Amino acid sequence: MVSGLIEKYFRYNRLPHIWCPGCGHGIILRSIVKAIDELGYNKDEICVVSGIGCSSRAPGYLDFNTLHTTHGRALAFATGIKMANPNLKVIVITGDGDCAAIGGNHLIHAARRNIDITTIVFNNNIYGMTGGQYSPTTPKGEKGTTAPYGNIDKNFDLCELAKAAGATYVGRATAYHAKLITELVKSGIQNKGFSFIETVSVCPTYYGRKNKKGDAVNMMKFLKDNAINIKAAKSSDAERLNGKFLIGEFYKSIEPEYTDEYNKIINIFQKER
Amino acid sequence: MPTSITNKELIIKKDWCKGCGICVEFCPKKVLALKDGKVEIINLDACIKCGLCELRCPDYAIFLRGEI
Repeated sequence: MVSGLIEKYFRYNRLPHIWCPGCGHGIILRSIVKAIDELGYNKDEICVVSGIGCSSRAPGYLDFNTLHTTHGRALAFATGIKMANPNLKVIVITGDGDCAAIGGNHLIHAARRNIDITTIVFNNNIYGMTGGQYSPTTPKGEKGTTAPYGNIDKNFDLCELAKAAGATYVGRATAYHAKLITELVKSGIQNKGFSFIETVSVCPTYYGRKNKKGDAVNMMKFLKDNAINIKAAKSSDAERLNGKFLIGEFYKSIEPEYTDEYNKIINIFQKER
Repeated sequence: MPTSITNKELIIKKDWCKGCGICVEFCPKKVLALKDGKVEIINLDACIKCGLCELRCPDYAIFLRGEI
């Protein structure tokens, strides 16, 4: 027996999933599906696209139109899908390595175009699937298998990156704040333009173990204790915000959408014929 | 019509449970415990059917039946 939500939207004969015990990805995936359910879309109206990595296994478990593509290129494939069928609600599920390292250019240009795609990054701060190499979001000083003495790179703030590149909806939640994920994904899907939602996951197997963060429960407690909603942060003093990170809805704006603009050009020439 | 609280039933799907302990930790009424690497109900009478276990189970192994 499985829950109603799982039965309706998951290919549950593929479960249990491959993610490690305590991995936050399963929590995030359920929260995304909950958002789709609450918006009331027909399953055929949704297309979920992913790249490569732990996060990118997600569409394989979902009973929508799904596509598991090549490393870093989920947004390129998703752009093609959206151009071919602008009526589809296209959702990209990607990881921090997939999205911000090899797929970084696709990310900034999809955001710049403001194409109507909702991108959800499962950020576990490491390359989990390939053995714990440091990623563009591994915090400075933290360890990975390729940074045994600590990472000397400065990590990306993915939300700031997406906003600067032109995304018209930007937010962040965590695996602990699962209901916030659902809220943000609902708003992101409804935004006519490029929506970027960073979900902070937990990787007890690699990131946690390499950096002595404790087990999955301790890592979830860290998210609970160190994330502050941007609404609460506005009325908090600097001392309370020290060392904390922000979650919530960071940015939204209304800008021309890419497939709309493209169709305007098509319409000019179709009228002339 | 929402299902009333009393109609909801707490279900564990043991073969999907990986024993991470997240549901046990964040259950506000201490209804759950880990035994032999799997979750178990130890105090069903205390359960308020809040669904926080289902919300944060990474493996969809615990849920309230009677709601989606």
